[in-house]
Amino acid sequence: MAMNLSAVSNIHPFPVIPREQIYMDYQATTPCDPGVLDKMLPYFSNIFGNPHSRNHVHGWLAEEGIEVARQQIASLLKANEKEIVFTSGATESNNLAIKGVAGFYGDKKKHIITCVTEHKCVLESCRQLEQQGFEITYLPVQQNGLIDLDNLRNSIKDETLLVSIMAVNNEIGVIQPLKEIGAICRQKGVFFHTDAAQAIGKIDIDVNEMNIDLLSLSGHKIYGPKGIGALFVRRKPRVRMQALISGGGQERGMRSGTLPTPLCVGLGEACAIAEREMKDESERIARLGHQLYTGICKKLSHVYLNGDVERRIPGNLNLSFAFVEGEGLMMGIKELSVSSGSACTSSSLEPSYVLRALGVEEELAHTSIRFGIGRFTTEEEIERAIKTVVHEVQRLRAMSPLWEMAQEGIDIKSIQWAAH
Amino acid sequence: MAYSEKLIDHYEKPRNVGSLDKNDASVGTGLVGAPACGDVMKLQIKVNAEGVIEDAKFKTFGCGSAIASSSLVTEWIKGKSIEEAGTIRNTEIAQHLALPPVKIHCSILAEDAIKAAIGDYKAKQAGIKAA
Repeated sequence: MAMNLSAVSNIHPFPVIPREQIYMDYQATTPCDPGVLDKMLPYFSNIFGNPHSRNHVHGWLAEEGIEVARQQIASLLKANEKEIVFTSGATESNNLAIKGVAGFYGDKKKHIITCVTEHKCVLESCRQLEQQGFEITYLPVQQNGLIDLDNLRNSIKDETLLVSIMAVNNEIGVIQPLKEIGAICRQKGVFFHTDAAQAIGKIDIDVNEMNIDLLSLSGHKIYGPKGIGALFVRRKPRVRMQALISGGGQERGMRSGTLPTPLCVGLGEACAIAEREMKDESERIARLGHQLYTGICKKLSHVYLNGDVERRIPGNLNLSFAFVEGEGLMMGIKELSVSSGSACTSSSLEPSYVLRALGVEEELAHTSIRFGIGRFTTEEEIERAIKTVVHEVQRLRAMSPLWEMAQEGIDIKSIQWAAH
Repeated sequence: MAYSEKLIDHYEKPRNVGSLDKNDASVGTGLVGAPACGDVMKLQIKVNAEGVIEDAKFKTFGCGSAIASSSLVTEWIKGKSIEEAGTIRNTEIAQHLALPPVKIHCSILAEDAIKAAIGDYKAKQAGIKAA
């Protein structure tokens, strides 16, 4: 790795990741950029004041750090800094956006539209509102993972309060048509919320051009610290919300609690780096993604890319390796830290609901691996990844009864399988 | 999730991978599980005139625990009579490989695979006698 994540030293009492391990799970989380960490450190020690203390320099300097961060976040979104509310992460931001807006306007409008491939925190927030008498429309996705805009348009009715559609999907990396969704929502007078945790720093976002009213983001997906996120809340026209956390009225009453200054500063710096680096970084990651995909496909047949081929971020490559079960494969490629849509990796033993929503058949959903490529991925790592994936898939196919049947020309679907 | 050394050993160096001639009268084939559930095991046994399992082969689509469970049972059943092999319980497999609770179904599948292979062999033999 370009950044040494495994600085081995005998004097360090903490566990160390083995040197040969390759991190390819950038959708799960990202390492904190060293530049981000540098900016954060003084706020753990010297500038430790409560940023809400109004009467001394300890408080003032902490507050200044936070306000710079707020501007850095706003700048990345082309928003105003007064529209940024700090939260603990995208999960809280999504909860606040959906439940907060529902809480404020719910006596007038009780219909919310979202999508089946949203993150669980959006879906579960909606489920909870459903129990409180809200009507929720869960839009299906097309085979490419994108929603159908006509379907969205037709689902909006007089009682519709909010449309919540994610910017980039965490499992398959597809980019929803934000500008088009925003235009529809604005035309119909409906709030548009987007979970942009996986999109920030990867695609251009302009909350005004895209008519986004609420936008969630997270620090640790963009090389910032864990435990911090933000919610953009539009001021013109104003979006009002009921707070979820009661307290001292920080963040203009929308989110009480003392702000964690080092984390806020870290999130701000992560946004500033993202804004500066996005163009070059996207091109570099696209090259690496292409190298990985073509390298694997050159050596292996029956490999399928999940999600739209064009409308996706290049750092997410979700591949199904037919006839090889995902978790079994992960065990073989253990020097790669990746994720799988296989049932075995989830506690529910159900294959990925996102892949199922795309219409990916269950047997293929079980064979999927998500490769995440990010800021610190190197060409050499991609080459090693190709080698180990090809080797293991070939090994496991050689011991797969399904591969054997396919070679013999037996249609797997023609067999009466007993469910278990 | 950390797997036991025995499990990893069977996964990395699986024993008796392969296929026997399924049309051979002395070969019983068991195919259990389903692709949609994420595990399929094919277990084959070759039984001699004395009713002893001379050879066993497997192929498995599944997670590491499923592969290790099937590899392990091929070792266990070789040299056993079909009656003895039929008494192998999933709990023994799970215990030997120290399967975590969420993977117990892999050992159940391996037990089912043995029974299915024996059942197929017996059905073939009964067919021959009847003919």
